[in-house]
Amino acid sequence: MSDEIILKIENLTKRFGGVTAVDQISFDLRQGEFLGLIGPNGSGKTTLINLITGFVKPTAGKITYRDQEITGKAPYTIACLGISRSFQMVRTFHKLPAFKNLIVPLYSPRVKKFGGGKYGERDDIAIDLLDDLGFERDSFVPYKVAGSLPHGYLKRLDLARCIALRPDLLILDELFSGMAMSEVAATLPMIEKFNREGLTIIMAEHRLKELFRVASRVIVLNFGQKIADGPPKEAMGKEEVQKAYLGTEVEG
Amino acid sequence: MEILIYGITNSVTLALMAIGFSLTFGISGLANFAHGAFYLLGGILTWIFLNQLGVPYLFSALISILLVGLLGFLLYWGLMLRLRGLAINEVIATLAAAIVIIEVLRWLGFSGFTYVLPEFIKGSVKIGNVWLDYQRIFLVGIGVALIIFFYLFTHRTKVGLSFRAIAQNERTAISLGIDSDWTAALSLAFGSALAVVAGLAILPLGSIDTEVGYDILIYALAVGIVGGLESIPGIVLASFILGFCQIAVATFFRAQWQTVVTLGAIVIILAVKPSGIFGKYKELEERV
Amino acid sequence: MEEAVRYRRERIDRGIKARSDTIYTLASSRDMLYLLFPRVLPIVALFCLPLLMGGSYWGKVIFYSCIFALLALSWDFMASVGLVSLGQALFFGAGSYVAGGFNHYLKWPMLLTIPAATLGGALICTILLVPVVRLRGVYFSMVTLILPLLFAHLIETLEILGGTHGLLSLTPFPNHWLAVYIAVIAVVIVLFGFRRLINEDFGLVLRGIKDDDRVVMAGGINIYWYKAQAIFISAAVGSFAGALMTHYYQFVGRSAFALDYTILPLAGAVVGGPGSFAGATLGSFILVPLSEALRALGGLRMALYGIILIAALAVLPEGIFHYIERKYHQFERVVKI
Ligand SMILES: Nc1ncnc2c1ncn2[C@@H]1O[C@H](COP(=O)(O)OP(=O)(O)O)[C@@H](O)[C@H]1O
Ligand SMILES: [Mg+2]
Repeated sequence: MSDEIILKIENLTKRFGGVTAVDQISFDLRQGEFLGLIGPNGSGKTTLINLITGFVKPTAGKITYRDQEITGKAPYTIACLGISRSFQMVRTFHKLPAFKNLIVPLYSPRVKKFGGGKYGERDDIAIDLLDDLGFERDSFVPYKVAGSLPHGYLKRLDLARCIALRPDLLILDELFSGMAMSEVAATLPMIEKFNREGLTIIMAEHRLKELFRVASRVIVLNFGQKIADGPPKEAMGKEEVQKAYLGTEVEG
Repeated sequence: MEILIYGITNSVTLALMAIGFSLTFGISGLANFAHGAFYLLGGILTWIFLNQLGVPYLFSALISILLVGLLGFLLYWGLMLRLRGLAINEVIATLAAAIVIIEVLRWLGFSGFTYVLPEFIKGSVKIGNVWLDYQRIFLVGIGVALIIFFYLFTHRTKVGLSFRAIAQNERTAISLGIDSDWTAALSLAFGSALAVVAGLAILPLGSIDTEVGYDILIYALAVGIVGGLESIPGIVLASFILGFCQIAVATFFRAQWQTVVTLGAIVIILAVKPSGIFGKYKELEERV
Repeated sequence: MEEAVRYRRERIDRGIKARSDTIYTLASSRDMLYLLFPRVLPIVALFCLPLLMGGSYWGKVIFYSCIFALLALSWDFMASVGLVSLGQALFFGAGSYVAGGFNHYLKWPMLLTIPAATLGGALICTILLVPVVRLRGVYFSMVTLILPLLFAHLIETLEILGGTHGLLSLTPFPNHWLAVYIAVIAVVIVLFGFRRLINEDFGLVLRGIKDDDRVVMAGGINIYWYKAQAIFISAAVGSFAGALMTHYYQFVGRSAFALDYTILPLAGAVVGGPGSFAGATLGSFILVPLSEALRALGGLRMALYGIILIAALAVLPEGIFHYIERKYHQFERVVKI
């Protein structure tokens, strides 16, 4: 982990009608950090991610990425700067073969800048990537129509799509929800490896036990407000956090 | 003064033309491209009842409104319901229905000076230095009444609120026990009936020409695009902007320039704020 | 009691391994033929039909069919990006008037007016439509529907570009054959070009925008730029068709913006089967001759298109082409349960 601040969030607020989904949130994220984002359902995790990635425009506040203000920029502009995100609900192109799902990010200006290959080469890159994430290249799995794959594979396909963009900051929204125990156990080390190789990661997650194995720091949200920020043990020990989680199910 | 009075009547006319279309769209997200066709059909039905079958005016008008409303309802139950979910097919289906209705009426020859609907009350009054016929006064009255009714209906009554609930989030509405197909069919029926009401108020000012089937659609769309569909203040504001600009241009330049105003307004609004002045038709912000 | 024997239809893929997207293992010349036949047949048919028909009335019908096929293809291309256009007439009219205008006022030869119309018309249409692609849903359909109708009004009321009379005595094609074969070649190129393009990576991105534009944006792709490109390509094809027709008629009038040029290609694409391009072409080659044969109906022809459209949507929403394709690749047999 270096000292360079990759993402700076200042007083970020988003209101949907009467609901304040994200309320005056500020924090800094350093290069190479692994940040867990937790909180009960409806506490604003997804909205915060949508704000950072430009899918939702903030009511107030400022987002700075590597000294460049990205508040209110278009999602594709932000993606091309190197912030890649997954979706809480699986969103894949159901009619395409699994590996063809990666063509879209591979076709982006960002990957082209890295020399992302030409027509045909992209297929190879896509299959390499999927192979790394447990879609064995010699099996039929990467070639099957995405719609016919089980949920766990789709979640990992979404992860592969994020990685294909060659991000500097990876944001995962409940990647593990709906995954089987064994799949989580298989995926976790991969994410850890990405982090060790220098990728900064924000991970919104309900499966706290798994999250705390990898995250060095967590931010706890409740009703859109940040109620704790620090190492997992410390944050979870706070009284407010205990209260927020009281009565809601804590998995793991 | 002239501009003021003609501007108001022209604006209300535009609002009347657009209101049925917006109602349907606002409730069920259905773009009823057969709007103009229903307007025309209502006028012609009334004429037939009145002049061929000798039914008194009030009844002819009521029967036509009900019949066309029913037709709108049937269009939904008979056809749209099968296609629901595929927006592309819904759009094509209503346009196809419009063309069938208008072209058959054209083929049957319902155009020309014989096809004139009676005015509610004949005569005119002088306001300032402008002669204004009673029909136009009625028209403004009906227009204002409809807009107020429409607003109260969608914001105050239970049915109206359930309409709006569906427009905002169909799935949640269903889970609250609101039957979305039923309300959508009703919305199409209401919209179609409103098209006929507009026709009965506007058509007596001239003779019926099947071409109005398309023209009304153009105006309804233009008002919707400029004002922002589904927004009542948007419809009213857009009608007044377009209405007054048209009259101003017609007075100071030439009457022919009215189309330019409409086209220009659309092009400008698309470039500046594509969702219309009061458009809530969000570009992005929905749940991800 | 009589034993009830029940039967059920079973669909089986034909035994050939060459239908997967990426794996090609051609076993025999018979398999080659199986694959080539459906690709070669339409080309051969397209090239031979005009010869058979000659310069007769039906020769003209072939030309019209090609024009409408081009418009239907241009509709289908936009539809595959998720843009449902109700205004092919906008493209057609723009191309017609650019070609007619350059020819009439500047006396440009056909060799210049047609390319100029293709590019110029496409540019005009793209500029007009690009703001709308930011909105979702039916807005795009509404705007495309209203624009050509307004343009027709505009030309009529302002008396510009020939007004109601139109621009007359434009340069004709040297002969009927040239016109027909340019149209035929254009249809073949556009048909196979589009089929190819949509399966390239570029086409994959376009189809992705239709299926889920959020994912495409999250993938770092400016969807509006790609939609604009799709509109441009599509409008270029439509404008080209308009330019051809203008010189064929030696005339352009406000009827170029008429609803006919929207509804017939739309019906062709829907009847033939949207999404395959082949369907759009096939549909046009069925509907245009059919409507010529039914000329006696006169004013009812438009109504007929409407009815055909509704019927096609309700009865065979997949379209004729997908139906044939399925029959070709699968056979059915009846099995006892
Ligand atoms: N597009 C939206 N429109 C209206 N309200 C929304 C929207 N997105 C989220 N919300 C509301 O914002 C709050 C936070 O939601 P969310 O960010 O999804 O929470 P989490 O991901 O932590 O479960 C919830 O009350 C939710 O209903
Ligand atoms: Mg969430």
